[in-house]
This record gives sequence, structure tokens and C-alpha cells, in this order.
Amino acid sequence: MKREHVIDLYFMEARAKLIDLAAFLDRVDRAPGTEDFRMAAFRQALQELPVNKPDRAKRVLLSLSDPTTKPLPAATTKSAAGAWNADSAARDARQGDRDGRAPRKTKK
Amino acid sequence: MRYIEPHAHMVSRTTDDYLAMATAGCQAICEPAFWAGFDRSSADGFYDYFRQLTDFEPKRAAKFGLAHYCWLCLNPKEAEDVKLAGEVLALIPKFLDRPSVLGIGEIGLNKNSRNELAVFEKHVDLAARHGQLILIHTPHLEDKLKGTRLMIDALKSDGRLAPGRVIIDHVEEHTIQLVLDAGFWAGMTLYPESKCTAARAADMVEIYGNERLWMNSACDWGVSAPLAVPRAALEMRLRGHTAEAVDTLIYRNPARFLSQSKHFKET
Repeated sequence: MKREHVIDLYFMEARAKLIDLAAFLDRVDRAPGTEDFRMAAFRQALQELPVNKPDRAKRVLLSLSDPTTKPLPAATTKSAAGAWNADSAARDARQGDRDGRAPRKTKK
Repeated sequence: MRYIEPHAHMVSRTTDDYLAMATAGCQAICEPAFWAGFDRSSADGFYDYFRQLTDFEPKRAAKFGLAHYCWLCLNPKEAEDVKLAGEVLALIPKFLDRPSVLGIGEIGLNKNSRNELAVFEKHVDLAARHGQLILIHTPHLEDKLKGTRLMIDALKSDGRLAPGRVIIDHVEEHTIQLVLDAGFWAGMTLYPESKCTAARAADMVEIYGNERLWMNSACDWGVSAPLAVPRAALEMRLRGHTAEAVDTLIYRNPARFLSQSKHFKET
């Protein structure tokens, strides 16, 4: 597929997403209150976009991912947040080390 | 156009969805066992679910001219309860000879916990002992990369399963190369809000080739699209992929992988 074809096919869709992204950031800025780890990760991931190298999608995904390698002591929730929470992960790891946990049963 | 839907949770879908999929060219649907949206209270709940997957759902699909296959397991979202997992694992061999059972799946990790990994390894052991194919769920969002690495390490460490008999599903741009480089098959799941869009799936086909790759909708009780595979096929055609290349990705590839099960019959 030639570059002109890519632009013909996807420019309007990408334009709409770009404006949605800008509007989301404006909405967050306008709202009173504080941000959490997700917005910090989001703003960090945005830094990958202007870097003029291939694999932007991969680098954005990597920047939002848990970079650790050891299994968690236990699953305390079923859901994912969309960004890695380093503070929460450190707390879980400390708790697991303190308990010296073997795999535990959470029900019954 | 013909296609195989290699991952769809039809117990959560309507007969209208079956009709739409058959109309769009679907030839067969493969349904992995998954989380019901709530934790089952006992192994009996799984027994009934496995009966639904192996008895009732094939009959429902057949009314629309569709073959229906399934995969069996306890999903990772219920794997923190290792006692329940043991009871469910003990049930599975009773169902493996049923004519529509393809293998063990969708096993995997959710939050990458020790218990989840232990239950994953037990499923791998079950598959190895019974000569079954495996379909693997990789975790969501920020947990996907770590979970994919943990499971690839566990499979390599076990060593009994040929990588060509394992499909690792829900790959994205940051995990697909890990999976393919290790010799496994990779599945791309087309979701409206997470996982992978049709455009990104086509990107990955163009970058990584289509040798051991398939696409699925993983439609279930959440936000999902039963016609995501034919929609992605259209996306590929608009980008200049040939009809033959599309057929390879959405029909021949899943047929090639699934034909490793004695129960899969190509239509």
C-alpha cells in the first residue's frame, strides 16, 4: 500500500481520534480534583508519538505495561486499569515478601 | 467469502448473531471455555457449563448450518481458588472424547499471580498427558506483556508441547513477536474498545506475515462484535490484500491449526 493510499484511507479517522484525544486532555484539565497513576502513564505514553521511529504502537503499549517479571503473591482484583501502577505493585510485593506467601486460597 | 471464527463465546450471544455470522460466510465456530462474568460456586457449575458447550451449543449452531467446536478449562479469572481448579481439572478428561472438543482452553493468566500460574501449569500438564491442543488467553492491558512472558517461559520449561500445537491469543504489537519467535501460533482479537482494531490487525499481518496467525472476534457478554472477522477481511481488501491472502488468514490458517485435533472436520 502506497503512503498516499494509507493517508486516503485513514486520515479522517486519525484526525477524529486526534481531536478526541485533545478534547480528553482539555476535559481532564478543566475538571477539579487530582490525577492518578493512569494519567501520569498516559502523559508519559504520549511522549512516544513524536519520536520519529517505527513501532510507535508497540512503544506506547510497552510504556503502559507492567515491566516486572515475578508472579504476584495473589490476585486481589480481576480487572486491569489500563496502566501499570508502580506504587500498588511495590506494596503488593512487600506484602508478599512479608507473608512469605505460598499460593493462597481466596475462597472457601 | 468463507471464514472460521476461531474464538467466540456463543453461549452469551443470540440466535441473530448465529444468523448474521452464517450469512457473512462463517463455516465453523470454536468456543473456548471462559469466565461467566461471575465466579461459579462449585465444580458442578463447570460440569453443567461443559455439557452446554458440548451438547446444547452445537445443536443451536447447527440450526444455522454452522459447525460448533469447543475448548475446555477453568479460566484464569477463577484460578485463585486452587481447590476449585483441582476439582474442575478432574472433570475435564470425561469430556475430551466428545466429538466437538478441540483441546484445553482458554487457559492462561489474568493478573499474573502465583496461583494463576500454578493452575496454568496444571492445564498444560493435562493437555500434555492427553495429547491435546492448547488455546491460551493472555491478560488484559497492562498485564499482557508480563503474562505472555511468564507463560512462554512456563511452556518452554515444561517442554512437552510442540509450539505448533499451541495458539497464544489476544496478541498486540508488543507481544506478537515474542509469541511467533518462540514458534507458537498467534491470535489477534478484534475488539471495539480494547485489544486490537481491524486496522492494527492488518498492520501486524503486513509487518509479521501470516504464517502462524489468525483473527477472531472473541465475542462474549461484553462490548464485542460477532462480525469482527469479516469486517477485518474487508479492511484488508481495502488495503489491497488479495482475496487469496485474506482467505489464508481467516479460513485456511485456522483450519490448518485446528486440523491437528482429530475432532475438527473441515467443511
